[in-house]
Amino acid sequence: METLSWRRRSTNHLMLSLLFLGGVLAAVPFFFISWYVLQKGLGVLSFEFFTQTPVGPGQTGGGMANAIVGSGVMLALASVLGIPWGMAAGIYLSEYGRGKTAAALRFSIDLLTSVPSIVVGIFIYGVVVIHFGFSAYAGAMALAVIMLPIVARSTEEILKLTPQHIREAGLALGLPRWRVILRIVVPGSRAALLTGVMLALARVAGETAPLLFTALGNQFFARSLSEPTASLPVQIYNSAKSGYADMEALAWGGALVLVFFVFIINLLTRWLMGMKWN
Amino acid sequence: MELIAVKKLEAWFGVFQALKDINLSIQENEVVALIGPSGCGKSTFVRCLNRLHEEVPGARVAGEVWLDGRNIYAPGVDPVGVRRGVGMVFQKPNPFPGMSIYENVAVGLRLGGVSKRTVLDEKVEQALVRAALWGEVKEILKRPGTSLSGGQQQRLCIARALAVEPPVILMDEPTSALDPISTAKIEELIQELKTKVTVVIVTHNMQQAARVSDKTAFFLLGELVEYGATEEIFTRPAQEATERYITGRFG
Ligand SMILES: Nc1ncnc2c1ncn2[C@@H]1O[C@H](COP(=O)(O)OP(=O)(O)O)[C@@H](O)[C@H]1O
Ligand SMILES: [Mg+2]
Repeated sequence: METLSWRRRSTNHLMLSLLFLGGVLAAVPFFFISWYVLQKGLGVLSFEFFTQTPVGPGQTGGGMANAIVGSGVMLALASVLGIPWGMAAGIYLSEYGRGKTAAALRFSIDLLTSVPSIVVGIFIYGVVVIHFGFSAYAGAMALAVIMLPIVARSTEEILKLTPQHIREAGLALGLPRWRVILRIVVPGSRAALLTGVMLALARVAGETAPLLFTALGNQFFARSLSEPTASLPVQIYNSAKSGYADMEALAWGGALVLVFFVFIINLLTRWLMGMKWN
Repeated sequence: MELIAVKKLEAWFGVFQALKDINLSIQENEVVALIGPSGCGKSTFVRCLNRLHEEVPGARVAGEVWLDGRNIYAPGVDPVGVRRGVGMVFQKPNPFPGMSIYENVAVGLRLGGVSKRTVLDEKVEQALVRAALWGEVKEILKRPGTSLSGGQQQRLCIARALAVEPPVILMDEPTSALDPISTAKIEELIQELKTKVTVVIVTHNMQQAARVSDKTAFFLLGELVEYGATEEIFTRPAQEATERYITGRFG
């Protein structure tokens, strides 16, 4: 009996230690990547990096201003398209989503989440780019399609957390159901909804594949939204495989900016979630 | 004057019948208490008085409820319009999340078309005064309603219901989630409200029913067993079931 319980306890200790080790090891890639990107990229970040466009092969200097602006513009445009669309779907699913139609809709949205982003890119290429050419619009559409299911499902899950008796209180006041939703349920969850939106944004900020087929990239500032447009991920990709040391260095700078952006969004999200709006 | 007349009211959840042939009449400025063991249909009954019952998926109502001379279940009657004239306070205090104390009270007024700031301010203050909450919140009107204590939240919900000055207020166990002091405040409040509104209150607390109400209705298994002056019901109930319930020999 005693040996058995001793053995059991030591097995327990062993398993716990292994799990702890696994936990620690899971954090290693994050710290390693951060450290690596920081080390490689920090030296490159300069005033020039944020204000200049890339220079030709073999020349020194240049920056990624066009890519930063391009990414910003496409993310903003994708948000304008994808957030209302996704939220509308999420609101429908949460507030009216009963029965077979809703189940089918929910299932398709879940499947859309798992469609590889490159396929979304090819799709937009096939239906938009072929007719209208590469553009920020096309890039933003691809990003919006990727954001859509993320925003829709997070909106649905968040709204479902609002207790039924809150909705009933609104109805009892004589508000029609749609006003209860738009005036009470949605604003009441705004912090959490914002969190979902920001996570979707962070998710698409680093997408490269769908932009290759849609916004293409540009060595210069695009003059309009209907021209090929640079973005951070695509420009990182192009610079990194250029074979010129200077451009590779710029790629690290771009990577650092991208990581930093996503990191800030995540921090903001945490802060929002922790904040007491109620 | 008769304000509410319920005739042959029946209510279902799917195939389950929760109310059977309910008939009762409520006079203006009366406080009516609904008592009975849990699950007997008290909540269902009050939720039929503002057409909230039908919002539950699969729920159905038959019969008539006359409110101020109009059958609210007549074909063509808009339930949204009915609800504007009937206030409701729920068991769990439920101020609207993320909304300030002021806005919680103002939201019903805005819906009714009031948009002038001075009028809103005045009516919000009036409602909060009537709900005996003004003194405690007048300095913090911009704070979220949910930041108040449970008892204050419930009085906020009462103010929210009172703001649009409905002639009837329904209360479904409004104090069952509150401490005794908050409960006493709300009972006192009901006494004051009585001069201007008609109150239908569900309670599982016999003393509360005796303290606050003029009439009492005893429900059992979806039926109205007995209805009459509170004093009568508590001293000389006509039905044996009523007596067993009020003396605590029952559920
Ligand atoms: N949403 C619902 N779906 C199905 N049955 C319900 C629902 N709500 C209440 N009921 C049933 O209806 C009956 C009356 O419920 P209720 O009016 O809430 O009783 P009370 O308020 O007196 O406790 C109970 O038997 C209860 O189980
Ligand atoms: Mg109840």
